[in-house]
Amino acid sequence: MELPNINKKKIIKLLSEGKRIDSRNPSDYREISIETDVSNKAEGSARVRIGKTEVIVGVKLDVVTPYADHPDEGTLMVGMEFSPICGERYEVGPPKINAIELSRVVDRGVRESKFIDFKKLCIKEEEKVWSIMIDVYCINDDGNVIDASSLGVVAALQLSKLPIYDEENDQVKYGELSETPIPLTKNIPLAMTFYKVGNNILFDPTRDEEDASEARITMAITSPDKDKIINSMQKGGITPISIEEMNTIIEEAEKIYDKLFPEVEKMVENLK
Amino acid sequence: MNEEENKEEIINNETTEESDNKSNESSSNKERKMVVPGETIVQGDDYLPGDFTIKNKDEIVSQRYGLAEINDRIVKIIPISGVFEPRRSNNIIGRITDINFSGWSVEIGGPVSAFLPLSECPRFINKNNIEEFATIGDAINAKIWSVKRGSIDLTLKSRGLGVLEGGRLIKITSHKVPRVIGREGSMINLIKDETQTEITVGQNGFIWLNGSAEGERKAEEAIMLIETEASSEGLTDKVEDFLKNE
Repeated sequence: MELPNINKKKIIKLLSEGKRIDSRNPSDYREISIETDVSNKAEGSARVRIGKTEVIVGVKLDVVTPYADHPDEGTLMVGMEFSPICGERYEVGPPKINAIELSRVVDRGVRESKFIDFKKLCIKEEEKVWSIMIDVYCINDDGNVIDASSLGVVAALQLSKLPIYDEENDQVKYGELSETPIPLTKNIPLAMTFYKVGNNILFDPTRDEEDASEARITMAITSPDKDKIINSMQKGGITPISIEEMNTIIEEAEKIYDKLFPEVEKMVENLK
Repeated sequence: MNEEENKEEIINNETTEESDNKSNESSSNKERKMVVPGETIVQGDDYLPGDFTIKNKDEIVSQRYGLAEINDRIVKIIPISGVFEPRRSNNIIGRITDINFSGWSVEIGGPVSAFLPLSECPRFINKNNIEEFATIGDAINAKIWSVKRGSIDLTLKSRGLGVLEGGRLIKITSHKVPRVIGREGSMINLIKDETQTEITVGQNGFIWLNGSAEGERKAEEAIMLIETEASSEGLTDKVEDFLKNE
């Protein structure tokens, strides 16, 4: 069922009083859980749940020839798929525009934060580099799939190990994992998406709230030292976001980062 | 042994609840077992196929996932999952998806959408301004007037029907609607009283809640609890516990 008008009115009315349908505050997020080893064929995998939203992320590695403009750097690819099991609005077939946008937002967050040390993924310059392929599958869509996917990708990358590469025969020995993790840096990105519903800004929407929203903005934030850095930003939706609203979003993002990031880091650390 | 006894109790419990909603059926001599599509329920020419079953040679085969019930000679299935199957005179709640010159298309959660003709509205409507009465995205409480092959007609000409104002809609599986209503409406009245919320249940599984924010949330959680635990024992007590302790 698409969102009926009365539900949208209700959401906006409650938000103007600072309340939400599930009794959260506008900047509260739902319970988050991360699992690993959900796929035994992938080099690293994670299942992330935010409330009822659920995604599975798998990381595969391969040895390829590098791009000509970056001869000593590994490559990264992120793919996203919404299958019909994750909601009645999704159909089978190649990824639609929303899935393509989502994978690109996730990709950009990871790439621009310099989270992966691409130089260390080089085996032989101009000839052989590791290629990281990340697949995100949405299992259930109850809103905020962007943040869930992004969280899953970051977790799965941290939990992956490189497979053994046989240089003589130029073969990757899948199934035999080495002890080497994927070379990562301290800049762990955390993607946060804010939604504008009516004149209110909210974080971590449910499906209904996401349907009621007119605009959204995604930011990938890292904090390698004291300061926080916005690495990527993407706006979606049809209505504009004013400067004042943007300022509140950034302030809000900093607050949520301080609360959410240690939680997530601890969860991933426990899984290693 | 113990487990089997338990199972039987659950099944008996179900029988009484279900039969209350269909009070014209006798509840004696009923045995129920869980079946999946394609499963043979009974063999022999003594039986006749009822709802959601077909006869294949001398076997009665299930067409749904649900509880099989043998009533005298007729074998029928009470489905547990699946889409809503519209029947004449069902009271439903729907969402308008389209407007044309002669009426509204309504999404009712079934395989096909329904149609509400202008002539079935209780008051005069200006043909040049149909949206004034109901527009795309509005929720309506309507009755199914007729079900023909591929077309379902609705009507608003009855007490309590019309466009829904305020509140909000939630959705459950239509097969769980009897559970939400309970014996002679006991379950729904319990939720209404405890949460001080106005609730209308459509037979297609769309439910309209109207009350305070807190009451609506509580009612929604209670209804979701009923949906997930529909076949468990002592459901009314569980819901009562939930509503009083939350």
